[in-house]
Amino acid sequence: MDPSDHLFRHESGRMVAALTRIFGVHNYALAEDVVQDAFVRAMEVWKFAGMPDNPSAWLMTTAKNRARDVLRRERTARTFAPELGKLLESEWTLSTALEENFSPHLVQDDLLRMMFSCCDPELPEIAQIALILNILCGFSAGEIASALLTGLAAIEKRISRGKKVLAQSDRLFQLTDAREVANRLSTVHQALYLLFNEGYHGSSPSAAIRSELCFEAMRLTDLLRESHLTATPTTLALAALMALHASRLPARLDAAGNLSSFVEQDRSRWDHELAGKGIQLLERAAEGSEVTVYHLEAAIAAVHSRARSVEETDWAAIVFLYDRLLEINPSPVVALSRAIAVAEAEGAAHGLEAIRAIDERERLERYPFFHAALGELELRLDHGRAAEAHFLDALRVARNPTEREFLSRRIAAAGAALPT
Amino acid sequence: MSEFLYLYRGSRPSGSPEEMQQVMQKWMNWLSELGSKGHLKAPGHPLEQSGKVVTGKARVVTDGPFAEKDVVGGYSIVEAKSIEEATELANGCPIFDFAGGTVEVRPIMQM
Repeated sequence: MDPSDHLFRHESGRMVAALTRIFGVHNYALAEDVVQDAFVRAMEVWKFAGMPDNPSAWLMTTAKNRARDVLRRERTARTFAPELGKLLESEWTLSTALEENFSPHLVQDDLLRMMFSCCDPELPEIAQIALILNILCGFSAGEIASALLTGLAAIEKRISRGKKVLAQSDRLFQLTDAREVANRLSTVHQALYLLFNEGYHGSSPSAAIRSELCFEAMRLTDLLRESHLTATPTTLALAALMALHASRLPARLDAAGNLSSFVEQDRSRWDHELAGKGIQLLERAAEGSEVTVYHLEAAIAAVHSRARSVEETDWAAIVFLYDRLLEINPSPVVALSRAIAVAEAEGAAHGLEAIRAIDERERLERYPFFHAALGELELRLDHGRAAEAHFLDALRVARNPTEREFLSRRIAAAGAALPT
Repeated sequence: MSEFLYLYRGSRPSGSPEEMQQVMQKWMNWLSELGSKGHLKAPGHPLEQSGKVVTGKARVVTDGPFAEKDVVGGYSIVEAKSIEEATELANGCPIFDFAGGTVEVRPIMQM
């Protein structure tokens, strides 16, 4: 087994989802106990006997056997899942019902339903993400806290409050009513998008943790693509966006482990196969009539991905796409990205003008990239002193060592551009 | 070559799925390294945490043992030239990553 394959973590989500449907969401803690027990058994037995041929099936069977014990022992004391009705109550039907309910396609469905349950609009987005990471991705509260750079106590509180909200319902989200599915799907998209961005732009200094968050978001989006209920054009656009951005992950750190700016990236290190997959997904995402933020962001990423260098990029197309994006999602951050594209298309002076024209640009003051962008453009106009001042502003609001290291190098570059 | 019994004692680590997978991976690596060097006679078995103890003439049956230091969690049989070498080989056991973990090394008598 490759230790990086996260077998336990990934199986955790599948087992918890299946058991939660069988026990009922109100018995979530019981499902967690059974899963924990299955891992302890796997750990002990595999230590000595080595990995079985099909470790996933081994774990699932162990969980199923434990579930049977629990159901037998507690069926008089507890109410289990109402959707299984009396099937679990009689010894005659119990085993068959369990076999059927652990079939792979049902488990796949359970994962999807669990994902929808976690994205309860009653919960703040950060809580939805914490729940997804905990329940579906098998991360502990401690691992989530260190990935999202938040306090452990805060994450534990969010998770336990989230589980209370889940337990208010006795069953997992039902994928039967098309309108309810469509409504909730947009919340699911948003949560997965934020999860991906946390990995892509987030504050965790560890490159490994960050790409792991990106890959988890992609894995869960793939799950949406695999079900006809949820494989909408918007889902495809989201998947396209993630694939296109993730294709650049290998080039985001230079040989010394420093963050490379988009401009400096060695494009030969981009994952071109993944980018190709992203472009295909985007073409299929265009089948619907709806144009979402995900479509536009993916389209922008696709333009970059097609270009061999910064100079050869179709910046006019990118400015056009940002204009569309601002229409659906007017935000100073998007406007800043647009201004940077304007600078590439029409020159640094026009870029600076576009930055000065951003509505509510004071909201960008605490955003290091805002100051860094001003610095880059001033530097291009040979205004070394102004550039240096902006980079210093950026450094003051930098969020982690990687950003600080990057900005220190830019300050040095600005200093070198000063007339001697 | 002589044979030695390793008795593993110590609490069973629980933690996040990732942590448990890593613990397991370490054990698998350690045992397979012993095997590839020709020291592993039998990888042995894990033991359930709880059991019964039968004591004395009256064959009194009690549950247990429960004290962590007394519970044998599993055993292996290794081959080594001497007790010194067998002890040395036990050094790499991942059980020492957790407080209270021990490996008891017992020479198996020749019959």
